[in-house]
Amino acid sequence: MKILNCPINGPRPVQEFVFGGELREMPDPDAATDAEWTDYVYNRNGSPGPRREWWYHLASGTWFIAERDTGTNDVKKTYLYGDEIRDEVEHG
Amino acid sequence: MARRLAPRGGEWIDRNRPLEFSFEGKKHTGFAGDTISSALWASGRRLLGRSFKYHRPRGVFSFADHDVNVMVQDRALLNIRADVTPLEGGQKLKAVNTVGGLKMDLGQVNNRLARFLPVGFYYKSFHKPAKLFPYYERLIRSAAGLGSVTPGEGRRHWGKGYGFADVLVVGAGPSGLAAASAAGEAGAKVVLVDENARPGGTLTYAENASGGADGMLADLLERIENNPNVDFRADTVASAHFEEHWVPLVHREHGMTKLRAGSVVVAGGAMEQPAVFRNNDMPGVMLGSAAQRLIHRYAVKPFDRGVVLAANSDAYGVVLDLLKAGVEVAAVADLRHEGEQSELGDAVREAGVRVHTGHCVYEAKAAKKGAGVGGAVIAPLDVQNNAVPSRAFEVGCDGICMSVGWAANAALLAQSGCRLGYSEDLHQFVPAELADGIFAAGRVNGVYRAEDKVRDGERAGTLAARHVGKGGAADAPAEAPRHAGPAPSHPYPVYDHPEGMAFVDLDEDVQLKDIKNSIQEGFDSIALVNRFATLGMGPSQGKHSNTNGIRIVARLMTKTIEETGTITSRPFFHPVPMGVLAGRSFHPARRTPMHRRHEERGAVFMRAGDWFRPEYYAAPGRGREEAILGEVRAVRRGVGLIDVGTLGKLEVAGPDALELVERICTGRFAKLKVGMTRYALMTDEAGTITDDGVCARLSDDHFYLTATTSGVDALYREMTRWVKVWGLDAEVTNYSNAFAAMNLAGPRSRGVLSVLTGLDLSEEAFPYLGVREGAVAGVPARVMRVGFVGELGYEVHVPADAGLHVWDAFTEAGEASGIRPFGVEAQRRLRLEKGHVIVGQDTDGLTNPWEANLGWAVKLDKPFFIGQRTLKILEKKGGEEEQRGGEDRRLIGQRTGDRKLAGFALLDGGEGPRPKECHLVIEDGEIIGRVTSIAHSEALGKVIGLAFLPADRTVGSRFQIRADGGALVDAEVVKVPFYDPDNSRQKGAGQREMTYQGGKA
Repeated sequence: MKILNCPINGPRPVQEFVFGGELREMPDPDAATDAEWTDYVYNRNGSPGPRREWWYHLASGTWFIAERDTGTNDVKKTYLYGDEIRDEVEHG
Repeated sequence: MARRLAPRGGEWIDRNRPLEFSFEGKKHTGFAGDTISSALWASGRRLLGRSFKYHRPRGVFSFADHDVNVMVQDRALLNIRADVTPLEGGQKLKAVNTVGGLKMDLGQVNNRLARFLPVGFYYKSFHKPAKLFPYYERLIRSAAGLGSVTPGEGRRHWGKGYGFADVLVVGAGPSGLAAASAAGEAGAKVVLVDENARPGGTLTYAENASGGADGMLADLLERIENNPNVDFRADTVASAHFEEHWVPLVHREHGMTKLRAGSVVVAGGAMEQPAVFRNNDMPGVMLGSAAQRLIHRYAVKPFDRGVVLAANSDAYGVVLDLLKAGVEVAAVADLRHEGEQSELGDAVREAGVRVHTGHCVYEAKAAKKGAGVGGAVIAPLDVQNNAVPSRAFEVGCDGICMSVGWAANAALLAQSGCRLGYSEDLHQFVPAELADGIFAAGRVNGVYRAEDKVRDGERAGTLAARHVGKGGAADAPAEAPRHAGPAPSHPYPVYDHPEGMAFVDLDEDVQLKDIKNSIQEGFDSIALVNRFATLGMGPSQGKHSNTNGIRIVARLMTKTIEETGTITSRPFFHPVPMGVLAGRSFHPARRTPMHRRHEERGAVFMRAGDWFRPEYYAAPGRGREEAILGEVRAVRRGVGLIDVGTLGKLEVAGPDALELVERICTGRFAKLKVGMTRYALMTDEAGTITDDGVCARLSDDHFYLTATTSGVDALYREMTRWVKVWGLDAEVTNYSNAFAAMNLAGPRSRGVLSVLTGLDLSEEAFPYLGVREGAVAGVPARVMRVGFVGELGYEVHVPADAGLHVWDAFTEAGEASGIRPFGVEAQRRLRLEKGHVIVGQDTDGLTNPWEANLGWAVKLDKPFFIGQRTLKILEKKGGEEEQRGGEDRRLIGQRTGDRKLAGFALLDGGEGPRPKECHLVIEDGEIIGRVTSIAHSEALGKVIGLAFLPADRTVGSRFQIRADGGALVDAEVVKVPFYDPDNSRQKGAGQREMTYQGGKA
């Protein structure tokens, strides 16, 4: 069984977590065309490779982001949602 | 005990503890420490099982559970693996897979018909004509499968545990023992497992082979025993490798331990492989290591006069062991033209045994009497390894041992993601690339000499400890030399015979010719041959057959072994009883604070998720229907009380609380006054209904939101995620467990509540849909005036630890008014009379708000809510069709989906067959809809319900529901709500219409 590293609680067995889907930005509902919107709602990228995903630690109610390769199931890193965005801004 | 030898040093049996058991009705005696197979073989019996397809007689073969010749049943215990299962006193054993007993097995006829049962016979023969398939299926099902279930025997529970180790070492042979000591000495916590009853591996049965010096085993065991870091577990199978070194350890008695290791050393050794020749499956034909285990561990003489088929040094060790056990070795047939050039070879020749180099066993001949071998036909080999039958000769014998090669026991390595490569020096697969944290040692790693195995184990153990940060950082120990000199395995010990019965796989009776035929039919890869010919598909997963299978396929397709590839055995590596996999299952049970009182009142509980909720309260001398009816009447005519504590209860607070509620719910809440509630509906991004509840505004920036019992966890989860994504300054808190809740409903509810609270309950001060905070029965409470069941009613939320107190206070205060507790079933009927939907019962995973007649709760003109954009697209589609002339009512319906939840009533008044929830609406033989709720309504004197119907069905149109047994029941679409359409009962006179309005259409 997989072990996931919760940014708050450390390594825990994956059964304590709920998968929250790939991190995808919602298009502006007012600006998006119907086609763009339905593509966002209904289509997912199933090809294997590195993804940023939402994961939720059930016991503590912690949402966080995991960078996981869906081909190898290796988790590169995990962090809270805001942190990485801040990093990206700070490091350009 | 015809074949038991005199006591010998190192034997595993306890001769002071004889055990009586029976096999196929006949009594036998064995010893404690015996396995079932060894005790049976010691008794002199040779016919121990029947093969799967042809019901051929079978005996001990690998004696390591690498075949399933001897599979027995002991009363309720099915499919016992006799080779490795300890004998117990009182066992009543029977061979599985016989028709009418082992000796007279009627299935034997398949053996005679074998040439009419070619490979793929079942696939090809039993699919036409289609109408006969049910008959074929019954036939095949009774022929397939092993053992017979005895349903009356009750359930046996196996335990389930969790374990942790720095280093897990699999296999306690010389390399495993050395690895465990090295890792333990480095400071790692080690778990060492072996599937045998005792540690030692090859050192416990093959004393002449591979140079294991005297005292080596004792030294290794002493190192383990003296090391407190090493936890040795015998009789334990590491049966799979899952992610992050998660390994199920299976013990026959204790069940499963799910062990998490920091690193794993696989020292599982090698599995001896048979040669393929005619009748190589006869009782008496066995692997050399099987004979050695019989002799050394169990003091059982394998046979009296034997022939040894040899292709490596191990074979000559077998010959010496046989001689010592008093077996006459009639001949050795060595597949190698050069024979054995070693001290062992010399010793055999000196003992006067005739060795025929460059010869094979071409055929085993049946004995004239009894089951099993009566002779071996030995044929010379030409330079291309083909037998020359014209120069064959027969040697009389009652046993044939095969020592022609080994296959790495690499299942766990393969499962962990290691790449295996074929070594042409060894004629064996060895790990070419190991996965992270996985180490291999010993024969599985291609290391065969005992001293080398110990060195290899020490190396692997040291590295495994280092992997988890234990031990020094000195230079990595050097690789032990892989086997040098003649290979321990023959590259192609396969000898064809025109009359067939040369078996590659004994589990599934796969013959050499079956593999040939599969390839001729175009199954041109090992994976396809594997499936079509069922090679390696039996319970032993090809442990004794994959290696030869791969060799045969490679040769027939003129490919190398490496190109042909391997077959990865799936978890679980050994067969595991279903009961062990099931273990003990634990289901959480959630009970409300009033649970005890419900029990006292005779509640019949139902499960709602993990919760226990009263379905109804049983009354002495009255049936279920009567009890529920009584509860319904109490609410309609007097006052009832229901525990709704399982409801989801969320608080939303903070400057952005309103913004969050607006974005999550479909309705508009900006103008909701403090002190008022409003129906709240939630959809997902696809516009599908996910949940509903009531949203109460406690102050400008403080909301109290209820949700369904089963939906609240997901709703809370999504709300907290959106708070982060949107960066809102709002806090969501889940109070579902912290608050108890009950609904006081019925025309007399106001009177009962007024006794217990100082709140002004007048129509003006506390109108319909109002929310008030104040003391109820001395406890701080939130009271909401809601009308789910269609009567005047108050939902009272109090801290959970006060729930029972408030419940009791209501019961007491309501005594004079005839208050009755009511359960979930009465509530369902009451709300059905109002046409109120239950999310999850009347909606499914595709239902949009219009389909559920909840369009009135959706505000497409507010700035945003989850799902709004999708619902706008749906609405536009419907609108466009309307503009085109609006003739196709079905398409107009698509504004709201092509189906709609409609109220209906049965036409027969309920005397006929009664449809149930999920029964289908049928029209011209087609499914056009589905019943979501149905119940008898006393108030209306009819059976009413809700059903999904095509959107164009209007009030008055009729349809048919198919009930149990196929009866079609007539129903008519009627207007919703069925009962009190003006909602006058739940609100005061003159109030604005604010509740369910029956939708747009």
